[in-house]
Amino acid sequence: MYAQMVKTGVDHVQSKEEMSPEERAFQDRVDQDIKIEPKEWMPEAYRKTLIRQISQHAHSEIIGMQPEGNWITRAPTLERKAILLAKVQDEAGHGLYLYCAAETLGVSRDELMGQLNSGKAKYSSIFNYPTLTWADIGAIGWLVDGAAIMNQVPLQRCSYGPYSRAMIRICKEESFHQRQGYDIMTKLARGTPEQKQMAQDALNRWWWPSLMMFGPSDAESVHSAQSMRWKIKINSNDELRQKFVDQTVPQAEYLGLTVPDPDLKWNAERGHYDFGAISWDEFYQVIAGNGPCNRDRLRTRVKAYEEGRWVREAADAYAAKKAARAKAKAA
Amino acid sequence: MSGQDALFEYLLRLGDNALILGHRLSEWCGHSPALEEDLALSNVALDLIGQTQLWLNLAGEVEGKGRDADKLAYLRDARDFRNLLLVEQPNGDFAATMARQFYFDAWHYLLLRELTGSKDGRIGEIAAKGLKEVTYHLERSRDWILRLGDGTEESHRRMQAAIDDLWMYTGEMFESDEVEQAMMREGIGADLSSLHEPWLGLMRATTDEATLTLPQPGWAQRGGKRGMHSEHLGYILADLQFLQRAYPNAVW
Amino acid sequence: MTDKKEWPLWEVFIRSQHGLAHRHVGSLHAPDAEMAIKNARDVYTRRNEGVSIWVVRASDIAASSPGEKGPLFDPANSKVYRHPTFYEIPEELGHM
Repeated sequence: MYAQMVKTGVDHVQSKEEMSPEERAFQDRVDQDIKIEPKEWMPEAYRKTLIRQISQHAHSEIIGMQPEGNWITRAPTLERKAILLAKVQDEAGHGLYLYCAAETLGVSRDELMGQLNSGKAKYSSIFNYPTLTWADIGAIGWLVDGAAIMNQVPLQRCSYGPYSRAMIRICKEESFHQRQGYDIMTKLARGTPEQKQMAQDALNRWWWPSLMMFGPSDAESVHSAQSMRWKIKINSNDELRQKFVDQTVPQAEYLGLTVPDPDLKWNAERGHYDFGAISWDEFYQVIAGNGPCNRDRLRTRVKAYEEGRWVREAADAYAAKKAARAKAKAA
Repeated sequence: MSGQDALFEYLLRLGDNALILGHRLSEWCGHSPALEEDLALSNVALDLIGQTQLWLNLAGEVEGKGRDADKLAYLRDARDFRNLLLVEQPNGDFAATMARQFYFDAWHYLLLRELTGSKDGRIGEIAAKGLKEVTYHLERSRDWILRLGDGTEESHRRMQAAIDDLWMYTGEMFESDEVEQAMMREGIGADLSSLHEPWLGLMRATTDEATLTLPQPGWAQRGGKRGMHSEHLGYILADLQFLQRAYPNAVW
Repeated sequence: MTDKKEWPLWEVFIRSQHGLAHRHVGSLHAPDAEMAIKNARDVYTRRNEGVSIWVVRASDIAASSPGEKGPLFDPANSKVYRHPTFYEIPEELGHM
């Protein structure tokens, strides 16, 4: 997902008996679906985990602008260009909302960006794959945004007020993202043989990385259990992945495209699709920095940040001068 | 040149300016100095792409050969593009982008304001819609000229360099050729020379306030409106038109 | 390297088309109020959400303390007579 394998810093999920009175009161509120707000008491591990999770999510939105931004200047019609630009612009907005949500927990955006730029912070593995053809823009909207939505819709109900509110706004805005992706794929699948081939090739390359987005199975993970207890994680990774596969396979069939998994088949007994084994080795390599685009993504981000510094400083200096002049005038 | 031909040419100029500048601004998305600025620049680019569609669709309608905005944008070569040299100049640093924007926005604003009174109601309508958008563009780019001009030593130096550098592309905006003269005579187009004084007035006031020095009148580069471009345009088109050229007649 | 000084944080309030009061929609960074308003326009009204914008420096907002939530807000709980549902009106009278 946009935030993968977020650590909570705990080694086991605390029982009520182990909790301090504050912790117990806090957990009771979470259990009753009462939102936690910025200045209220919260366990330090909750605060830190949220910062990690929200900032990872924000970083993913910002880095995610690159693979799609790669095609803004080459979009095939004026309308496609406007749609794609509006979509990538939305990602900037979503990153912004999320950084602001993280800031309510006592970190600055600058600190978080510093962590991203230094390579210390993680972002979603999916954005380290290249967009080679126009069909990749369709595939990202359809599959990557589709996978993201699976996770983000339940997060609208998460326990932390500012995060939940940011997710509500994001989900509302993202509703067109997946559709525009599928719309691109539809046009290609019904287009010339070359276009159809382009669409199939994109599905082949994005399918498995999309399934990896949900993260490795976390049925045994103490971090996931703790996050679910805190209601900042709502469903298990496997649960969401299965839901995604079940939803997406018929959509691929409708397009006349083949999902690149020979083991994929409907299991009537389970009422779900069975699917093949995911190459977790690849996933861990990408997370560790060895994906096809990790280095380019980070370099591009650092470059924009560094080259923008003089502009940010100038705007600040101007604001200070103007305030000083207004003050002098008033005196 | 017939009235229809002149009108077609005139509309191409309006549409191509919006298209090429919108394209340039869209290159910033994800690379600007702050997230807030990514959103703002994209909004300006989206406005311009929208204006492009309106102008070029009307151009295609006037031409009457079945070309729509996409055909005109994606299937003409550089020599048939009619945009000003100014808007095809590379983004450079943020100061260069804002200087280009301010020079253009101020002219664009004055031009569209005139065109709202065009005898051709279709032009008046597009101009009125565009004018609202461009009023905001101008407010924003003017604000950045002030901030960067009167910001830090570095920003002042960069801003001054940018306005000096792009100055020679501004003259072309105020020169009328037979197309613009024909449109002016018919009450369809604007008198470009009449825009010069108000434009200069805004330039002077803004650069003064920004502690910058407005360059002296000098040699003007010209040719964009007649299809004589800088080398930059070819690369813009190579990007813009790639898919339409590589897959002729495909629908996207 | 991070910036020496970050643009301050602003809280953004927007009044929608429907004439309701300004509502908090989120926050953003800007060097001063003028740019905060412009940025708010570009960030928070992309989908036609508003007709009026307020911005307030986040550090200028005075907030009630969450610890005093009980004393501040619980007493209002018992004043049920302030709500119309407290009163029974004979059905024959219709709407009141």
